[in-house]
Amino acid sequence: MSLNMLVLVKQVPDTQNVTGEAMRPDGTVNRDALPAIFNPEDLNALEEALKIKDRLGGVVTAMSMGPPKAADVVKECLYRGADKGILVSDRGFAGSDTLATSYALTCAITRLSGFDLVFCGRQAIDGDTAQVGPQVAEKLGVNQLTCVADILDISRDRIVVKRQIENGYEKLAASLPVLLTVTSEANEPRSANAKRVMGFKRIVCCEDAEGTDCWPCEPIEHIKQWDIQAIAADAERCGFSGSATWVKKIDNVVLTARETKGIENSEPGISGLINELMEEHII
Amino acid sequence: MVFIEQNDNVPADVSLELLSRARELADNLGLEVEGVALGYGLQNWLPNLGAYGCDRAYALEDERLAHFSSIPYTKGLVQIIQKHQPRFMLFGATTTGRDVAPRVASTLQCGLTADCTDLQIGDHKFKKRSYQDILLQIRPAFGGNIIATIVSPESRPSLATVREGVMKKKETHSPPTCRVIQESCPWESGDFPTEILEVVRQAKNVDLKTEKVIVSAGMGASSPESLKLVRELADLLGGEVGSSRPVVDGGFLHKEHQVGQTGTTVRPNLYIACGISGQIQHRAGMSEAKRIIAVNSDPEAPIFDIAHYGIVGDVNQVLQRMIKAYKQKL
Ligand SMILES: Cc1cc2nc3c(=O)[nH]c(=O)nc-3n(C[C@H](O)[C@H](O)[C@H](O)COP(=O)(O)OP(=O)(O)OC[C@H]3O[C@@H](n4cnc5c(N)ncnc54)[C@H](O)[C@@H]3O)c2cc1C
Repeated sequence: MSLNMLVLVKQVPDTQNVTGEAMRPDGTVNRDALPAIFNPEDLNALEEALKIKDRLGGVVTAMSMGPPKAADVVKECLYRGADKGILVSDRGFAGSDTLATSYALTCAITRLSGFDLVFCGRQAIDGDTAQVGPQVAEKLGVNQLTCVADILDISRDRIVVKRQIENGYEKLAASLPVLLTVTSEANEPRSANAKRVMGFKRIVCCEDAEGTDCWPCEPIEHIKQWDIQAIAADAERCGFSGSATWVKKIDNVVLTARETKGIENSEPGISGLINELMEEHII
Repeated sequence: MVFIEQNDNVPADVSLELLSRARELADNLGLEVEGVALGYGLQNWLPNLGAYGCDRAYALEDERLAHFSSIPYTKGLVQIIQKHQPRFMLFGATTTGRDVAPRVASTLQCGLTADCTDLQIGDHKFKKRSYQDILLQIRPAFGGNIIATIVSPESRPSLATVREGVMKKKETHSPPTCRVIQESCPWESGDFPTEILEVVRQAKNVDLKTEKVIVSAGMGASSPESLKLVRELADLLGGEVGSSRPVVDGGFLHKEHQVGQTGTTVRPNLYIACGISGQIQHRAGMSEAKRIIAVNSDPEAPIFDIAHYGIVGDVNQVLQRMIKAYKQKL
C-alpha cells in the first residue's frame, strides 16, 4: 500500500512573538518587520503525513503558494522528510482572499497525478481564517475532516480521526480521498533531518511551464515553481480580481490608557475600595 | 439570514446572539430576519426563536442531519440560500460554523469573513462605484495587532462567521412566534460520506459569559497558593475564576476559564486581573468589563492602562486583604 499525500503549507509573519523591533513608537505593529516563519499548524499537518509515510509508505508532496521567499517553507518540508516540493508563485496572486487562494491551489493540485490525502494546518496565524482547507476541498469535490486532533486509523481506503469540537470531540470515519485540517494537538512535529538538510540545502526552484507532476523519483533536483499559466488558472479568478472580500480599512490597535485610580496596597486602602464597590452595587 | 446551529436540539448561544444582532441591523434597514436550521426534531423548538427576533425559520429535517456533518449541511444550506437569496448570511465561529461556512462560500463563490467581532452596516466606495448599506465585517487580524474592516459588496450573500460572546443575546418580553417553514432537499446516498462513530461532549461546568464577577489568574497568580486565594475570592463574591492563556496552557486551569482572543469574551460588572500583564490578546476578551481592578507587582504592567483601579503589590497579599475586607463588611 502506498498513499499519495499532499501537504499545503504557508509562510506567515510571526504574529505570536511581536518583538520590540516590530513595534512602532505609537504602539502599533509594523507587519513588514516581523520575521517570516513556517505556519505552526502546517508543521503539524506535515508531521501527520510523514507519520503515515513512515508506517505505511507513500509519497509526500509539499506545496506552498506565496512569493519566491516562500520556497523556504517548501525546503523545510524536504528537510523533514517530504519527497517533493512545489511552489506556486505569481505576481498575479497578490491580494488573494481565501476564495482566490483556494482556486489557485485547486488548479495546482489538479495538475498533480491524483492524491489520496490532502493535509492542511487548521489555520494560519496571520489571518486565522481556517477557510482555505475547506474551500480547497469543496473545489476539488472531496470530503473534508477539519480540526483533526488525532488520526486513529488509516488504511488504503478509509481513515478514522478524532475531531476536536467545543467541550469534547467526535470520532469520524471517511473514505479516501479526503482533505484534513490538523490542529496543534495532533503531534509534536519532528525537526529537520541533518542528512536531508545536507542533501537539499542547495536545492533551488526551477520554473516549470508544463505544470506536470513527473519527476525522476529520487533524488529530486529542484523545487518546481508554477505560475498562473503552469497551473492553467484563469487570471481573472486569481489575486485581487478573484477575491470577493476586500479590506475597507485597517486600524492599528492602539492601546489607549484609561484613567486609573491607584489604590494603596494596605488594609485601609483595599478596605476603602471594597466599600466603594459595595456602595455602587458592583459587588 | 442566520445559520441556527443546534446540538442535541439545543440552539447554540452564538446563534441566538446573532439573531439578536441581525434583528437590530434588519430594523435599521427595514429587512426581515430569517433563520435556517438542519437537524431532526427542529419543530419542537424553532418557533421559540421569535423571542430573539427571528421572523421566519427554514427547517431541513432528516434523521441523518441530527448531528453536524460537512457535506450534507453544505448542500442543504446552499440550496436554502439560493432559493431565498438573503443579503447577509451569518454563522457562529464555532467548529461547526467554521467547517461549513467556507465550503458554502466556495460553492456560491461569495465572500466570507472569518471570526468577526463586530458587524455594522455602512457604505463603501471603490473605483467610482459606490455601495450602500452593505455589511461591514470587523475582525482582528495579525494575532490581534490590527482590526480590519472587510466588505464583500459584490457577493450575494455576504457571509461572515462571528465569534461567540461578542454580541449580546436579547430576549424580547412578549415574543412573537417565529414562523417555521419546512424545506426539503433531494438527498442522495453519496451526500453522507462521513460516518459519525462517536460524539463526546462534556457538559459545560463554567460559563464565564454569564458571570457578573470574574477573578482572573495570570502567570503571576499561578502558584497553588495564589490559585486558592483567587478561587476563594471568586466564591466569596459569587463569581467565577477566569485566567490568561498561559495559565491554561500550563495546565493550571481548564480551557473553560480562559479569557481573551482565543478564549471567552466577557463583560462582567467586575473583573479582577491578578498577576496578568495585560497583553492585547487578553484585553480583547475583557476590556469591556464595567469595572476592572488590576493587581500586579510591576507598576509598568500594561494592564494598568485599562484598569479602573490599580493595586501595585504581591497578589497573595492583596488577595488576602481583599478577602479579609469583604468578610468584615458582611
Ligand atoms: C494569537 C494569540 C492568541 C492569544 N490568545 C490569548 C487569550 O485568549 N487569552 C490570553 O490571556 N492570552 C492570549 N494570548 C497570549 C498573550 O499574548 C499573553 O502571552 C498572555 O495573555 C500573558 O499571560 P499573563 O499575563 O498571565 O502572563 P505574563 O505576561 O507572564 O504576565 C505575568 C504578570 O504577572 C505579574 N506578576 C508576577 N508575579 C507577581 C506577583 N507575585 N504578584 C503580582 N503580580 C505578579 C508580572 O508582573 C506580569 O505582569 C494569545 C497570544 C497569541 C499570539
